[in-house]
Amino acid sequence: MIVDIFNEIVSILSYVIPVMVALLIVSLGGLFSERSGVINIALEGIMVMGGFVGAMSMYLMLYIIGLPIQLAVFLAFIVGALVGAGFSFFHAFASVSMQSNQIISATALNLFATALGLFVARTFFGYRRINVDESYRFDVPFLSEIPILGDLLFKNAFLSTYIGIVLLIVVIVILYKTRFGLRLRSCGENPHAADSLGVDVGRMRYAGVMISGLLAGLGGVVFMIAFQNRFESDVRGFGFLALALLISGQWRPQRIFLISILFALMRVVASRGDSIMGLRALEVPTDFFRMLPYILTLVVLAFTSKHSRAPEAIGEPYDTGKR
Amino acid sequence: MKLGKLLDKVLLAISRRPNSIDVISSFTAVIFGLLFGFIVMLIINPGAAPQGLATIIFGPFQRGMRGIGDTIFYAVPIIFTGLSVAFAFRTGLFNIGAAGQMFIGSFVAVYIGINWGFLGPFHWPVAVLGAMLAGGVWGAIPGLLKAFRNVHEVVSSIMLNYVAVHLVSILIRSQIYDSARGRAYSVESTSHMPTWFLSDIFPRSSINIGFFLAILAVIIVHIVLNRTAFGYELKSVGFNRDAARYAGMNEKRNIILSFTIAGLLSGIAGALVYLRPGISMATAEVPPEAGFTGIAIALLGLSAPVGVLVAGLFYGLIDRGGYFAQSLFREEIVSIIIAVIIYFSALSLFTKRLIAKFIRRRVKRDVELQESKGEIK
Repeated sequence: MIVDIFNEIVSILSYVIPVMVALLIVSLGGLFSERSGVINIALEGIMVMGGFVGAMSMYLMLYIIGLPIQLAVFLAFIVGALVGAGFSFFHAFASVSMQSNQIISATALNLFATALGLFVARTFFGYRRINVDESYRFDVPFLSEIPILGDLLFKNAFLSTYIGIVLLIVVIVILYKTRFGLRLRSCGENPHAADSLGVDVGRMRYAGVMISGLLAGLGGVVFMIAFQNRFESDVRGFGFLALALLISGQWRPQRIFLISILFALMRVVASRGDSIMGLRALEVPTDFFRMLPYILTLVVLAFTSKHSRAPEAIGEPYDTGKR
Repeated sequence: MKLGKLLDKVLLAISRRPNSIDVISSFTAVIFGLLFGFIVMLIINPGAAPQGLATIIFGPFQRGMRGIGDTIFYAVPIIFTGLSVAFAFRTGLFNIGAAGQMFIGSFVAVYIGINWGFLGPFHWPVAVLGAMLAGGVWGAIPGLLKAFRNVHEVVSSIMLNYVAVHLVSILIRSQIYDSARGRAYSVESTSHMPTWFLSDIFPRSSINIGFFLAILAVIIVHIVLNRTAFGYELKSVGFNRDAARYAGMNEKRNIILSFTIAGLLSGIAGALVYLRPGISMATAEVPPEAGFTGIAIALLGLSAPVGVLVAGLFYGLIDRGGYFAQSLFREEIVSIIIAVIIYFSALSLFTKRLIAKFIRRRVKRDVELQESKGEIK
């Protein structure tokens, strides 16, 4: 009995963790942009762009060059991250240098990424889909032998899981323990004060947006590898789910981490509810679980926005004339 | 030489009417979009690029009345979502939720279209009305959240888009699902939008009287915004919420009403997509793109109803053009063009400044030239 339950938990976790990691990485990306004062609803589009180029490079590395799988995965992560950073430059340029409406420029990026991905895939592959169907899970040598913990964390794992954990720690350290993090946050709270103390607000915001692009692009590849094995230039609203996560977590990395577990669990229940636990007996439609994170976010918004912990100056272009 | 003089005359006229700079910046965005699309086509297939671009812009006209009818038909839902976004813009709100409102509207229209065949000749009007109301209710939610809980409408609308997508999927599966085909049943023919005489003018085209509804909506929105005290109030609240409250306007009520009206317009868009033969609704995972295209149309149309109509028809044109150009280039090229147009619309402040500078320099040089010749004293 206990063994059964343990196996059940291990099997659920093996689905939840990769989803959680993808969400977490993208959401932490959004955190950088929003803490610097720029709304980034282009996370979805940046994920698509990163995922798309990542998928193409995976295809190239696996089937044309013939690299070993995990090395190809690692390189695809780097490619996706760089592409995401490059793509997000356009959002930074519009919202920082041109002081444009941040929602409009992000909407353009979202539409552009999907359109370009589909266009290129259909032009070169003939159909919408890029197939990179491999088994990406692996057992970590030695560590997977540890009883219980090894089963939970190191068997059948994705490379992305460890990258995600490292990133979470790095992000917390950067945001709260470094000068850069303090300056970045100050630009999102009070750019005029930051400016008066010699912080280059524009530069910090460029950094914030492009780091968010870096992480969202990486998240796109993680998403593609963790549960599609193919890429169709859509990430099923994951970028917006990451945004919901960011808001529900009230722009705090620790809370984002905790809520990401909840959101990922709902997502897994939605897509695999039939195979786990006695959920089938409940007869709740799977889409209900997909809907829940968004409803939860709306509730959080409704109850917190009077005392919201959102960055004070978010969404406002920095205008030196207003000093 | 002559051309230069003509240009100067035009520029002088423009510099006297500040509004025209907005119009030029819209055109600039379109030109940049088409240019970008052309460059992409050049990279993919240099030989076919000129023909591809020509087909995208002029293709529908080459297909005679049928092509023109289809252009209008595909423009109509976008005109509605464009009006929805534009209306909200004018009242100081950003309606990024048009996609969700539209999807909810689609479901209600399709539900009525399948189940309420007993309505006979009233079938389609009731379906459209139902979709409109449903869109309005869905639109009211971000309005309520903003008015009473101070929730930013963009964030709540994004969440509501996805709630709508999944809610509709649940409803389709539980209410109107044809499991054999994996999508909703087709709507009854009595719920199809009538074509009236349009099918004679545009033979074999999909056009229907949705176009007249669009014209009517353009006129109504124009009157409400520009000719009524109600519209003036809505705009005042958008312009300065605190000042409007100080002047005795009920700013909470106005925000909710603005969003409700925006939702009504998107709801109609949702109905018009599905109340016709040869299509049935499917479940989805992401909101319909038409909701976001509406943002492009509203921006290009400078948030003015007539501008939205023109921009919407332009969208219909290149959308169909892209369809006709498929033998040369995949039709997603049109979405790429639209995305670039939106991006340059976002940069409109920049382009406007650039245009104004160009005009000023040109006009000034002209005046100096004439002064040096002693023509102007």
